[in-house]
Amino acid sequence: MLYFARWKVTLIVLVILAGAITTLPNFLSPAALRALPDWLPSRQIVLGLDLQGGAYLLYEVDRADYVQKRLKTLEGDIRQKLRDEPRIGYTGLGVQGNGVQVRIRDTARLDDARTRLNELTNPLVTNLFGGQTVNEFAIDVADDGLVRFTYTEQGLTQRISTIVQQSIEVIRLRLDEFGTTEPSIQRQGEDRILVEAPGEGDPQRLKELIGQTAQLTFHMVDQSMSPEQALQSRPPVGTVVMYSMDDPPFPYLLEETPLLTGEDLVDAQVSFDSRSNEPVVNFRFNTSGARTFSVATQRNVGRPFAIVLDNEVISAPVIREPITGGSGQISGSFTVESANDLAVLLRAGALPAKLSVVEERSIGPGLGQDSVDAGRIAALIGGVLVIGFMILAYGRFGVIADIALATNIVMIFGALTTLQATLTLPGIAGIVLTIGMAVDANVLIFERIREELRAGRSAISAIDAGYSRALGTILDANITTLIAALILFQLGSGPIRGFAVTLAIGIFTTVFSAFTVSRLLVSLWVRWKRPSKLTL
Amino acid sequence: MLLKIVPENTHIAFMRMRTVSYPLSAIMFLASIALFFSVGLNFGIDFRGGTVFEMKTMESPADIASIRTQLGTLNLGDVQVQQFGGPDEVLVRVQQPEGGEMAQQAVVSLVRESFAESVEFRRVEVVGPRVSGELAQAGLIAVVASLLVILFYIWFRFEWHFAVGAILTTINDIVVTVGLFVVLQLDFSLSSIAAILTIIGYSLNDTVVVYDRVRENLRKYKKQPLPDLLDRSINEMLSRTVMTSLTTLLALAALYFFGGEVIRSFTLAMIFGVVIGTYSSIFLAAPFLILLNLRPSSIAGEDGDTPGGGEGKASAGGSPAASA
Repeated sequence: MLYFARWKVTLIVLVILAGAITTLPNFLSPAALRALPDWLPSRQIVLGLDLQGGAYLLYEVDRADYVQKRLKTLEGDIRQKLRDEPRIGYTGLGVQGNGVQVRIRDTARLDDARTRLNELTNPLVTNLFGGQTVNEFAIDVADDGLVRFTYTEQGLTQRISTIVQQSIEVIRLRLDEFGTTEPSIQRQGEDRILVEAPGEGDPQRLKELIGQTAQLTFHMVDQSMSPEQALQSRPPVGTVVMYSMDDPPFPYLLEETPLLTGEDLVDAQVSFDSRSNEPVVNFRFNTSGARTFSVATQRNVGRPFAIVLDNEVISAPVIREPITGGSGQISGSFTVESANDLAVLLRAGALPAKLSVVEERSIGPGLGQDSVDAGRIAALIGGVLVIGFMILAYGRFGVIADIALATNIVMIFGALTTLQATLTLPGIAGIVLTIGMAVDANVLIFERIREELRAGRSAISAIDAGYSRALGTILDANITTLIAALILFQLGSGPIRGFAVTLAIGIFTTVFSAFTVSRLLVSLWVRWKRPSKLTL
Repeated sequence: MLLKIVPENTHIAFMRMRTVSYPLSAIMFLASIALFFSVGLNFGIDFRGGTVFEMKTMESPADIASIRTQLGTLNLGDVQVQQFGGPDEVLVRVQQPEGGEMAQQAVVSLVRESFAESVEFRRVEVVGPRVSGELAQAGLIAVVASLLVILFYIWFRFEWHFAVGAILTTINDIVVTVGLFVVLQLDFSLSSIAAILTIIGYSLNDTVVVYDRVRENLRKYKKQPLPDLLDRSINEMLSRTVMTSLTTLLALAALYFFGGEVIRSFTLAMIFGVVIGTYSSIFLAAPFLILLNLRPSSIAGEDGDTPGGGEGKASAGGSPAASA
C-alpha cells in the first residue's frame, strides 16, 4: 500500500493541479480574469439564485381556462360550418362540460352534417411516437340528431404541449425585449415553465411582463343599446360587455367577434402624441390585417371601435376617416413605462393560454451577498477548527490529513467549476459538512494504524495494514452517503440540488484524497524518515 | 503529546447498557410518534403552501407591532410576524389564501406595495397548493427510496441481519429527528428533508463502520459470545466514532453560529442527527444484532485469536474490498 508507481504519482499530482487551476479563476477579479492567457480555464462557479439574488418563477398553463376558450372557438366553428350554404338547421348549440353539443333538426341531413363537422375534429401531429396523429376532439353523432364533440385526452395533452412550447418562445421574446440579463426559460414536466432570472431582485415587473396574456383585439362598438341597458337586461346576441381600464371602470357594449387580433400586428413602437405630448403606442398591421382594417373603417366612419387588451378596453376612439395605411395608434393614459411594456408585449405576441405562478422564490441581492459572506466565514471557521483538532489528535499525521483535506476542498471547487454545477447556500453547507466528514476516512485509517501498532506490528507494516484494511470500511461508509446524495439530487430543485451536488462531489474527492494524497504523503514521509517506531 | 479523546483499550460494557438504552430509545421513539400525531409538525410553505416575506426594516430594531398592525389592515387572514436573524430583520408568513394561485399573487402584490417605502424585501417565497402537495410527495418518496436502496446495498455487502439492523436504527434516527422538529416547532421544509437524508447518510455511515468491525471480528473470534464480541467491536471503534462525530460537529457548529439565519434550522437538525446517529450506532445498531439473532450459539469453529487471522469464508457475504 505504500509503494507508488511513478505514473501514479504523476497522475495524482496532475489531478490536484487540474483542481487547483480550475479553482483559481474564482479568486480573480474580472480584470485579472480577462488578462489570463487563453489556454487557462477562466470559468467561475455558477452561483445559485439564493446566493446572487434573483427570481425563480414556476408557471403552469391554466388548463381549465384554456379548455373553456378552445371550446368557445369550437362552438363558433360549428356554427359557421352549419350555416354554410346549404344551411343545416340546428338547435341547442353550446359548451357542455368538456365538450360542445348541438342537435341537428332534420335527421335526414345528418350525414351531411357529419361530413362537415368531421373536419373540426382537428388531427394533431404528436411529437411522441414518431409523428402519429391524434384527433383533438372525438365526435359522436347519435341517430336522433344529437352531435357531441369531446376533448380527447391525447388531444388535450398534445395541445398543452404545443402551448408550453409557444409560451416559452413568447416569454423569451418578451424577456429579450425587456432586457432581462441571462434569463433561463425551461419546460418543466407536462404543463409548466420555469423562468429563472438571476439578479432580478424585484420580480413584480417581470411577472407582469410574463404573466400577461397580451391578447390585443379590435372590436366594433355596438350602438343598438347603451351598455347600462345591456347590463340590466341581456346584451343582444353576438355582443358582450367589457370594461375600460379606468378607475372606476366604464362599460362598453362590443361585438363579440373581433375585427382583428394582435396576430395581425407586425410592429409596435412607443412614440409621443404630437399634440398632447403623451406617450402612445404606434402599431402596424400585416398586409391582410391592413386590408381588413381598411375595409372595416371605410364601412364604419363615424362609429366608435374599441381597442381591447385581455378583455379590458384600452380606448374606444371614433373612426373619423378610413384608415388605409395599415398603421394606427393606441392612446390611453399611458406612462412611458406602461406604453413601453405594451409595445414589448405586442411585438412579442400573445400567450396562447393563461399562465399562473404556482411557485415563486425571489431573493434580493443583499440577502444573497450576506449568505455568501456567512457561508464563507462558516467554512473558514469550520475548516480551522477541524484542522486544528486533527493536529491535536494525530500530530504529524494530522498535518497530513489536513493537507489531504485542503486538496480535497480545492478539488471540490475545481469539480464544481468544471461541471458548472450551481453552488447554493445549502451547497455551501454541504461543503462544510464534507470538511467535517472528510477527515473520517483519515480517522479510520489512523485509528486502524494505532490498532495495528498496538497489536505489535512494525511501523511500516502497521501503516500498510491501516490503509489496506480501512479501505473496505471507507468505501461502504461513503457509498451509503452517496446513495442518499443521489436520491436527494433526483428529488431536489434549486438549492437542495446544490446541496446534493456538493455532498456527492465531496464523497468522491474525499475517497480520492484519503487514498491517494494522504497515502502518498505518508509513504513519502516513511521513505524519508524510515521510522522503526511510530507514535500515533 | 497527542490529544486522546478516548483512552486506548477501553472496555465499556455497552451491551449491558441496552437494558437502559432500549427503554430510553423506545420512549423517545414513541414520544416522537405521539407528538407527531398530537402536536404535529410545523410545516413550512414548501409543504403547506403559503407565502413568506423576509424584510429588512430601515430603522433598527424593527417595530414588529406596527408591522403586524399594517399587515392587519391588508386582510390577509392568518399572518405570523417574527424577528429573524438581525434586529432589523423580520419574517412574515401568510397562510395559503382561498382562491389558489391567483389569490396568492394578489397577496404578494398587496404586501409589496404596502411596504414598498418602509422595508427592503430580502426574500419572497410563494408556494401554491399544487406544488406543495407534489413537494411533500417527492420528499416522502425520497426518504423511503433512499432507505430501500441502502437496505439492499447493505444486504448485498453484509448479511441480512445487518441490513435490517441498520434500517431499524436509521428509522429510529429519522423518527426521533422528526420528534425534535415537533418539540422545537422548527419550520419543516424541503431543506429539512435534505437534513433528514443527510442524517440517514451519516447515521448509516456510523452504523456501517461499526458493523464492518463486527463482521471482521466474527471471523476472528468465532467462539466469543455475541454480546462480548459486539462490546469488543464497539470499543475498538469508539475512538474513531467519537473523533468523527467531533470533527463533524465542529464543522456544523461553525455553520450553525456563522452560516446565517436561512440555514440555521437545517444545521440544527443535522447537529441533532449527528448526535443521535452516533448514539444509535453504538447503543441500538449493535444490540439489534443480538435481537435479530445474528449468530446462533451453535456455531462452532476454530478460535483464531490472532489479529489478521481468520479472514475468509467463515461468515457469509464475503468482503471483496477488505483485502484490496
